[in-house]
Formats: sequence, structure tokens, C-alpha cells
Amino acid sequence: MTVLTTSKPISDCTSDSMLPMWAEIVKIEQEAPRIKTYWMKFKDPIVQDTYSFQPGQFNLLTIPGYGEAAISISSHPRHTEAIGHTIRLAGNVTHAIDRLGVGGTLGVRGPYGSTWPLEKLKGLDIYIAAGGIGLPPLRPVIYHIMDNRADYGKVVLIYGARTPEDLQFTAEHDSWEKAGIELMICVDSCDDTWTGLVGVVPMLFYRLRIEPKNSALLTCGPEIMIHFAAYEAIARRVPRKRIFVSLEKNMKCGFGSCGRCQLGPYFVCKDGPIFNYKKIGPYLEVEDF
Amino acid sequence: MSKQTLEVGATIIISKPELNNLLKNLSDLDYELAGPQVKDHTVVLGPIESLAELPKGYTSQEEPGKYTLISTGKENYFDVTSGPQTWKKYFFPPRTQLMIFQQDPDKSPTWSMVSPVEELRRYALIGVRPCDLAGIQIQDKIFLADNNCDPIYRDRREGAFILAVNCTEPCGTCFCTSMGTGPKAEEGFDLALTEGKDHFLIEIGSEVGINILLDLDWKAADVKHQKAAEAALQAAREKINLNLPQPDNLETELLSNLEHPQWDDVAGRCLSCGSCTQVCPTCFCWDSTDKTLLPGDKIIRYRSWDSCFNPDYSYVSHGNTRPNTRSRYRQWLTHKFASWYEQYGSSGCVGCGRCITWCPGEINHLEEIAAIREGEPS
Repeated sequence: MTVLTTSKPISDCTSDSMLPMWAEIVKIEQEAPRIKTYWMKFKDPIVQDTYSFQPGQFNLLTIPGYGEAAISISSHPRHTEAIGHTIRLAGNVTHAIDRLGVGGTLGVRGPYGSTWPLEKLKGLDIYIAAGGIGLPPLRPVIYHIMDNRADYGKVVLIYGARTPEDLQFTAEHDSWEKAGIELMICVDSCDDTWTGLVGVVPMLFYRLRIEPKNSALLTCGPEIMIHFAAYEAIARRVPRKRIFVSLEKNMKCGFGSCGRCQLGPYFVCKDGPIFNYKKIGPYLEVEDF
Repeated sequence: MSKQTLEVGATIIISKPELNNLLKNLSDLDYELAGPQVKDHTVVLGPIESLAELPKGYTSQEEPGKYTLISTGKENYFDVTSGPQTWKKYFFPPRTQLMIFQQDPDKSPTWSMVSPVEELRRYALIGVRPCDLAGIQIQDKIFLADNNCDPIYRDRREGAFILAVNCTEPCGTCFCTSMGTGPKAEEGFDLALTEGKDHFLIEIGSEVGINILLDLDWKAADVKHQKAAEAALQAAREKINLNLPQPDNLETELLSNLEHPQWDDVAGRCLSCGSCTQVCPTCFCWDSTDKTLLPGDKIIRYRSWDSCFNPDYSYVSHGNTRPNTRSRYRQWLTHKFASWYEQYGSSGCVGCGRCITWCPGEINHLEEIAAIREGEPS
């Protein structure tokens, strides 16, 4: 029988990209009140051996019956023997993950999204501005820089949390400093046992001496913080094309199909979550867009 | 005229009753026929078997927020314009199963995954208007992209047969001429039909189309019939009142007017109901939800149509990123008429007019666009 040509376009998609892979929670670390890192290993040894990700990417975590949540990967990009997701308990899915406990099984699909452009930023001073749960997507950046410290100039982490007890990864801060990363930490409010800085992340830019020609800003946190961190960097003449932001949007698929995460012409899941500010700034600056 | 052979690009004529044999040929090849039919004072798309189910002698009067089905007194089968439904429901189902999770009774709490087994149905869409054909082609770009293909859409789309119908009876909210999508179907059909008084003129668009015609009683289209069809299409073009001038300029004109006061004005009239997105042939956003079946060991993950007007659509852990009607309407309009160009290389609008007809706030979106594009860039 001859095959008749039709009016239809032909496409050869084979895989079902919505199917998660199963993983087991092997360790849970409390980072701060309501914030924990869940370490997981894939049950399929081949997936476990071959899974890799780049700093800034995220997975969609599935709990059957509850749904899916997009969560950034917060662990070391080269140490994939266990994958870490640092999660603030906020909704149905994140609470369900927490109830699983060590030994529990959840679905993981990914990694999705764009990455912090660490190769392109070689030779530059790196300013990392993180607020609250915006730090976990930047932790892989810190690890990458620690492993390749000579590739970068000055590296400063500007990090803010609501209170001192909300600060995450405090056990690691010494090792970050020893590796040559300057830490500037502030809190919104505190009691008199806190001897550090009080204020919000963008304010700390006033304590910096930025060489705009040789600097890049990587930032993630509440949208208002991202907005003003970028504003302070731009005010110091850091070019927009060297400011990178990580954005959060509601997403269901992770690959630009469900449409929910759109911002202007971009799909945050596949064109982001890491965006060059020159590209995304005009849309990010429009309120409620 | 000398005897012509059936070939792609050729035009033939059949009598009106002969279309029944064409439909029978499709049924015999195991196509499920779907076509327009009168139901609940409107025209919906559903299963048909013959010409008898088609909305013969009807047309629709449409204006912002109004749809009235009226009798024409004519014997035409295809004088109805778009109703509230679109053909996308056949390829991009309103609700479909993505996967089934089944708990293993011995090894609780681990789950096994089953892909939903569904009998693959081959649809023959009967009476697709050129604007709706353009809508299908836009969804093809979204769901059949080389790097991002959707298996649910692909499985339904690839076996489908399309009988397009050129539009000789546009309604009051039509503006296909502005969007370059009608009233004549140019490509993407297996057969395209133009209805005459006592015959159908058929343009052949594919080899599958030829296959359906082989045993029909047909004759080559003569110049007289072709001229009559062209005159009917020209009359249709002239009947279209709505106009969206230079839609290609909207990409910059809308995106540079995101703070225009008209957004506040229209937000006062928009109910944020999402009707415009549900009746749109190109809107593609979807949601996924899990349904747990009793006694709790089986869970079905569904995919269903979503709308950018739904508050849940843009909800994140810290609240709603589009918290009001102004921001949701602005998202819908700028996506459809502006950011779509960068995403998929064309406007997201085909000019079918459904979003105007089915808007309970009686919003004529073309008037909103006109007000916004004439504003000062913000």
C-alpha cells in the first residue's frame, strides 16, 4: 500500500516528557524554620549515574495526589551522588514532601531551565545578591566558584534574611569565606544578640566599592529585592547585560507548553529561570505584568 | 471542458446530495465524522453521519456579547459562522489523562506509573472555516514543534482529515480579512469546499483528499462555477465590517503601552471570566490536577484547559503575580496580539471574532486595541 501525503505536518515526538522518575529521600537537613534541604537519590541506577544539572536549573517534584512543584537544585553540580533541593514549606506539595520523611519516595523530572552563565563571567568580580529562599538556587554557583576560584576576581555574597534564625547554610559560611568569598549578611529584624548588619539586601550596595566595568551581579530572592538589587547595580554603572536574575512563576510543565509562566514573550521555565536583565528588565519593571 | 484528472490543486464540482457519499467514504475508512450542528440555540461541533445533521438553512447574527441563530430561508448547509466551540477540542482535549499512578499493595508507599490507554480516534473534521483552519495551523506550531512536541496532540492530529469550507457568510464580529486568514482557505486542508446554490465546488488539497473522491460522481469545475465562487468570496470580504489595521505593528505598539490608561478602563468592564480564552481556537494554556480515586491507591493526573484569567494561573508561594483584572486582561491581549510573534512567528489571533461575540462584558477587543495603540508610549 502506498503512503498518501496529507495536509498534516509530520512530527516525531516519542518520549512522554511529563513522566517523573522515582527518587528516595536519603537525608533531610533543617536549614531554618520551615526551610529544609531534602537529599534524594534516583531509584533507577542508570538515571542516578547519568543525571546531571547546571547551576540555576530546577526540577519538578511530584507527589501523587498532591501535584507538582518547581524547585531549584541547591546542591553541588559535580557531586550528584545525591541531589539536594532546599524547600520552604509553603503549599500542598512541599508539605507532602516533608511528611514523606527519610526513606520516602517522590517523583522527579528535570532538570529544566537556563543556567547562571558562569563560563562567560570568568575574569569578572562576581556579586551574588540573595534574599531568603533565593539563596538555594545560588548555592551551586558558590560551589562552582569555590572549585574554580582563580577564574574569578572579587566574589561577594550579599545575603539577607528576615531574622538571624532564618539564615540558611550557616554551618557552611566559614568554608565559603575560607575559599575566598566575602560574605555580607543582613537581617530585617533581630534582638540584641545579633551583632551583624540590620537592613535589606539592596542597602548593602552602599557599603560596596564596585568596579562596574569588571563586575557582574547574580541575584535571586523576592521580586521586590531583585528589582532594587538590579537598580542599585545599574546606579553603579554595572551594565544591564551583566546582571542576571532568577525568577519564580507558576509552572506546570517545565518546557514551555502549559503557558502559565509567561513573562512578555518569554517562558520562565525554558527561556529562564535565569535571565539577562537587559532582556527581561523591560518586562520585569512593569508592575503585575 | 475536457475531462480532468483528480490531482492536488484541481477543482471539481459535485452535486449537494453527493456530499453524503463523500461523508460515507470517510466513515468507511474508519474516520469519526465531526461537524457543526444546531443544539441549545447555537451551533456546536459534534459527531455527524450525514448531511442531515448539518445546520441547513441557519446562520448566526453576532455582535459584542450577542449570538442569535436565525433562519436564512436558503438551502445552504454551511452558512453558519463560528459558534462557541472550536475544533481544538479534538486535538487538544479540554480534559485528558496525563498519567495514572497506582500504588503497589505489597510495596507501599511506592507507586507505579501507567500511561493512560485510549483508543486512538481518527477524526474527519467537516466544515472547518478558513479562520479555524488558521487556528489549527497555529496550534500545530505550538504542539508539534520539533524540539517540543506534545504526544497527546500529535496522536490526534496526525490521523485527522480536514474538509474546509470557504466562508461566504461572515458574521458581525468576523475580521479574518484583517488577519489574512480568510474568507478563502489557502492551505492545510485535504479538501476545501465552496457552497453554491445546488452544488459544491471542491478544491483538492492532498492525496488523501483525492482518495476520498475517487468513486464520487464529479465533474471538472467550469469557469462559470469558479467565477461564481470567487464572486461569493469577494462579496463575503466586502461584508466584513470589523477591521484591525496593520496587526503586525501591534507587537511593538502594545508592548510599549503597558501602562496605558485604557487598561484600567477595560478592566472596569472585563469580568475576568475567561470566556474569551475558552472560545479561542489558539489559546493553549493548560493546568494539571491530580484526582485521587477511592480507596486512595489510584491517582489520575489530568491535563485541562486553563485560562490566564484564572486567579490560580499565576499564583506562586508569595501570592498572585497578576493580582487584578487589569493585569490579567493585559496579559491576555498582549500575548494574543503581541508577544505571540516572538514565540511562534505570527499573531495569535485568526480573526474568528469569538472572543468578541462571547464576551459577557460586550467588549470589542479591537476597540481596546485601537485606543491603546494610539496612546503615547509609556
